[in-house]
Amino acid sequence: MLKVSREEILDGKFERVLNFFRSRSLWMLYYCTGCGAVELPPTMTSRFDIERFGIGPMATPRQADILLVTGYVSVKTLKRIVRSYEQMPEPKWVVGFGSCPVNGGIYWKSYATINQLDRYIPVDLSLSGCMPRPQAVIDGFVNLMEMIRKGEAVGYKKYRLNYEWYKQNQAEVLERTEPVLRPGIASVGKVQETKKKISVMEGVK
Amino acid sequence: MILSVVKVLGHAFFVMAVGLLFMGVGRRFSARFHRRYGPPVWQSYIDVIKCFSRKSISHHWIMDMGSVMGLAGLVAASMFLPVGRYLPFQSTGPIIVILYLMPIGYLGMAMGVSASGNPLASIGIGRALTLMLGYEVPFATIVLCMIAAFNSTSLVSLGQAQQAGFLSWNIITMPFGFVAGIIALQAMLAEKPFDTMIAPSEIASGPMVELSGKFLGLAFLQHSVGIFVETGLIVTLFLGGGPGVGFFILKQFLVYMLSLAINAIFARYRVEQATKFLWFTAGGLAFIQLVINMYLRSGTI
Repeated sequence: MLKVSREEILDGKFERVLNFFRSRSLWMLYYCTGCGAVELPPTMTSRFDIERFGIGPMATPRQADILLVTGYVSVKTLKRIVRSYEQMPEPKWVVGFGSCPVNGGIYWKSYATINQLDRYIPVDLSLSGCMPRPQAVIDGFVNLMEMIRKGEAVGYKKYRLNYEWYKQNQAEVLERTEPVLRPGIASVGKVQETKKKISVMEGVK
Repeated sequence: MILSVVKVLGHAFFVMAVGLLFMGVGRRFSARFHRRYGPPVWQSYIDVIKCFSRKSISHHWIMDMGSVMGLAGLVAASMFLPVGRYLPFQSTGPIIVILYLMPIGYLGMAMGVSASGNPLASIGIGRALTLMLGYEVPFATIVLCMIAAFNSTSLVSLGQAQQAGFLSWNIITMPFGFVAGIIALQAMLAEKPFDTMIAPSEIASGPMVELSGKFLGLAFLQHSVGIFVETGLIVTLFLGGGPGVGFFILKQFLVYMLSLAINAIFARYRVEQATKFLWFTAGGLAFIQLVINMYLRSGTI
């Protein structure tokens, strides 16, 4: 079960001073899984110019403050998203972009996608819409800046506090999938067993 | 004793502050080229404070040492550069020492990022060192031009030799050398025709791939000091130094804006094209200037 105690994870006084600077300079790493990559260039270039708020793109997870997950999250990309998220140094925030990371969107019944990103990594802000227009994106980012300044955007602390819960949820999805050609090799627990099977099969040959 | 320590430290912070302000104004200036408004001018200060407030991941103690060494080399170079006529301690502004200290910035960065073990970072820093090999040739030739014309390697006396007025500035008397110097400056600042070492969409920002938090902040500071030293060299060599600190910084600012304007309209060279261009075109212009200066000096070639 998810443990959250607000007093424990809200930022202290010294952190709040630093939060002013953090909120004015957000560098984002965008993980454009499917759609949504088209909405970002107009947000950043001359028409809407998000650099006015100090928000800009960055090349690697090490440098970035925000992980922007745009569009649906398939089971395969979830693994990459979790790895990118865990490589980012704290403090870090996740923005779910579009309807699909909120509730699955039009891929709700798909076998290949997950429905709720918040169960696997802590999402600080969701921009719903399919897709959200640049105005909505800027509005959402201004909200996120406000939340960071007040010290309310503390998803990364939630992740640290409930690490087992998130890991369990991730494992449920990631170990569900098995490659077709070599059954059993995907899940960590079954690797030994599969190796044994393969060696037996090779012995039979 | 204490006063001189305070002077040196104060000068280091002054140089960083001016460099960061240049970066901030420069971002706004480039934004106007894209028909945007751009961030506020103090954005670079905010970025640096934020970088230092984040957690950072160190891969090896050499990475810590290398990042500090890169910054320290450039700060040491800035100590010998006369700002107007002001120097933090008594020296003649020896240009040979500055030429030795400036590569320490890149070498420290090379040590730091190679210790992180990321292949993209190694590619990036390899390109940066190749580019250094390129721009050292025209720049060293320009220094030879100065020696041929003034019999001096001291930046203080080079600045004094141009005090007679606008017509005595070396931009008028040595136009080929100035063009070569601007091309070399563009490569030193890693601005657009020569930004192959950074290339964000190709090698994921090159040397900065693994830098997080503090290390990225140190890289920012290193770039700001680099801007100050490199534009300062061009101003002292070609634009008459400056009677005062204010004029000197104004001239530096104009040189940096020229560099950003070139940055805004050009595409990127590959690294071998860049080196070839720097050796043959910029080096050739500097060599023509050297021949002219030697002729003026002795009457024969």
